[in-house]
Amino acid sequence: MYSYNSKIESLTKKHSSERKALIPILRDIQAEYNYLPQEALILVSESLDIPLIDIVGVATFYRAFSLEPRGKHTVTVCLGTACHVRGGPKVLEEFERKLNIMTGHTTEDKEFTLETVNCFGCCAIGPVAVVDKDYYAQINIRKVDPILKKYRKKKTKQ
Amino acid sequence: MIEKKIQNLKDLAKLKNKIKRRNMSNKIHVVISNGTCGQARGSEKVVQAFQKEIEKQQIQDKVKIRATGCHGFCEVEPNIIIYPEGIFYQKLRPKDVKEIISQTTLNNKIIDDFLYIDPNSGKKFIYEKEIPFYIKQQRIVSGNNINVDPTNIDDYLAIGGYEALSKVLSEKTPEEIIEIVKNSGLRGRGGAGFLTGYKWQLCRNAVNSDFKFVICNADEGDPGAYMDRSLLEGNPHCVLEGMIIGAYAIGANQGYIYVRDEYPLAVEHVTIAIEQAREYGFLGKNILGFDFDFDIIISKGEGAFVCGEETALIASIEGRRGEPRQRPPYPVQKGLWGKPTNINNIETWANVPLIMNKGAEWFSKIGTNGSKGTKIFSLVGKINNTGLVEVPMGITLREIIYDIGGGIPGGKEFKAVQTGGPSGGCLPKELLDLPIDYESLTEAGSIMGSGGMIVMDEDTCMVDVAKYFLNFLRDESCGKCLSCREGTHRMWEIVNDISEGKGGDLELLEQLARIVKDASMCGLGQTASNPVLSTLRYFREEYEAHIKDKKCPARVCKELIQYFIDEEKCTGCMACIKPCPQEAITGELKKLHTLDQSKCIKCGACYEACRFDAIIIK
Repeated sequence: MYSYNSKIESLTKKHSSERKALIPILRDIQAEYNYLPQEALILVSESLDIPLIDIVGVATFYRAFSLEPRGKHTVTVCLGTACHVRGGPKVLEEFERKLNIMTGHTTEDKEFTLETVNCFGCCAIGPVAVVDKDYYAQINIRKVDPILKKYRKKKTKQ
Repeated sequence: MIEKKIQNLKDLAKLKNKIKRRNMSNKIHVVISNGTCGQARGSEKVVQAFQKEIEKQQIQDKVKIRATGCHGFCEVEPNIIIYPEGIFYQKLRPKDVKEIISQTTLNNKIIDDFLYIDPNSGKKFIYEKEIPFYIKQQRIVSGNNINVDPTNIDDYLAIGGYEALSKVLSEKTPEEIIEIVKNSGLRGRGGAGFLTGYKWQLCRNAVNSDFKFVICNADEGDPGAYMDRSLLEGNPHCVLEGMIIGAYAIGANQGYIYVRDEYPLAVEHVTIAIEQAREYGFLGKNILGFDFDFDIIISKGEGAFVCGEETALIASIEGRRGEPRQRPPYPVQKGLWGKPTNINNIETWANVPLIMNKGAEWFSKIGTNGSKGTKIFSLVGKINNTGLVEVPMGITLREIIYDIGGGIPGGKEFKAVQTGGPSGGCLPKELLDLPIDYESLTEAGSIMGSGGMIVMDEDTCMVDVAKYFLNFLRDESCGKCLSCREGTHRMWEIVNDISEGKGGDLELLEQLARIVKDASMCGLGQTASNPVLSTLRYFREEYEAHIKDKKCPARVCKELIQYFIDEEKCTGCMACIKPCPQEAITGELKKLHTLDQSKCIKCGACYEACRFDAIIIK
């Protein structure tokens, strides 16, 4: 537990100790650890004097927060209406098959987390998937494997 | 550090003259569309290629480039416009840049390969202003995206930016400003269409408060709508200017922009814009030397659709779960931290400086009786010219879809257009001549919403569309009201059963839809039934085909279709064999392939892979 102490303290110190600081603090923790570790939430609860149950309530309400560790790469498939009518769900199913996980989960080797988003706002170029910060436009089932390979390759190179 | 802060109107005039003198040159301008859509298609590399080539050829004094926000014509990204002539080149790659510089910018030669070709007439167009996509539009709000580098406040000043602010601060009282907005007839562009001037008035008149807030709702959550992202990304200062004017009129000293985290470029640009506005003294204490303080804070949304609802948005800024609360009291009476709060969306704020500059009368001449001005729609889905279109209110769906949008691709037939996001509905081809305004859309069973317009063709199943929205809504319902939490889920179950050929009770579905509408507290629940009710109203026979005949006429619903190989068309090329994840297709080269139905999971991989239309869906 001590390993979180100083880090969380420095993250919380950046913000005020008011209630409105909660979401920005959670965002910083999420950015640091790629998820919200339980110990970190306990520390935030103590430092902001907000009951832990409230913090968990907020953390589970918003899509951007995760209570479980995420993979090194996040694959986000857009399921906005425009992507939907152009075949987004089929693309998502292909990602599920190729990664062998269901949406919302992380691969066993902790390399990929598969997620969906309601709209990236790039409807003109749908179906869209975003891996980390890279956008892939007008994808179809056949493009899924080559996209994943790019990130798998990075792993073997390192 | 040089003091940039503008102390008074004289300073501002001086600065503007300086910028004007600096910009006066005979340089050729290459304007590159570099919004999120453009970047997803490689526009940044095109920008870099231009920079490199200009440097290499040492022609910095002749050619200037400007990377701007979205130009609206997303279908043909990355695109550029070369001024002064206004030559439009589309779908560029970095390797095309050298030729463009040497041929067009330096030698005035048009390169045929990069010109836009109209998909219907096959005609080529050289100039941006001649392209059918732009002709019927009236881009009074979004048009300035072309003229400004969003990260440079001087560009905005050069086109008359912050003139509206200096004018109202020096010439108008807050009451007069509200009167102008009222007279303009501007209505909220976020969904409900409340009259903006009256909202401001209510907030200004809210008593017993020493402090007021204005908020820009940039939590554009409707799937298929991205006009707000484009404005915030492409011209953030016009939104800021609108907010500052609004704050002055209402008597607010603090503003918030609540923006989606899924829009990183918009967040980046508006952050830069706020910093620059502070440096110049458009934000901060004693703005332009007047007795008026105002500043803006960015608050990021963490991905919850319901936070577009104003009371949920307020809860989110306060650091709580984004659950809506009962209204009244309305936010204009009791909003952020219990203080009167005026919330408008991006497009609404962006209209304000225009109205101040050109007058209420000018604005109210555009549009229809009840709906004034223009509206930006995102025209997406099964349409040739995908993009953002800004049109006067009252234009018909047909004009947007066929004249501007260029119709449906692949010779397919138009089936429906979905407006208003998950709160809206699907309108059939019988309503193509419907003039678009707030009232007509509501009457037809949809809503204006924030302006998403998703075109669907004969290959779109309306039961599947209803199922899609119900799935969206049951996922996004905050869970506070039972009717919405359980109702959206139950409606989804019924429609899901129908789509799987398990039958269903349409009367029960309609009854449930009405209950969810009547018994839910916030806008999400009250409109959650629209996708179901509108598809039932216009496409009931499609539901019945699923229930009675166990058929999906559009051949979308997986459980009701099967893939087959057309024996006459199959050439035995083996292209479909490798992509099949189930190894369901077997065959040898140049011999007819066979598909094992017991293994097929209907993923559609073979359908996409086949180049001879030999995979058929029945």
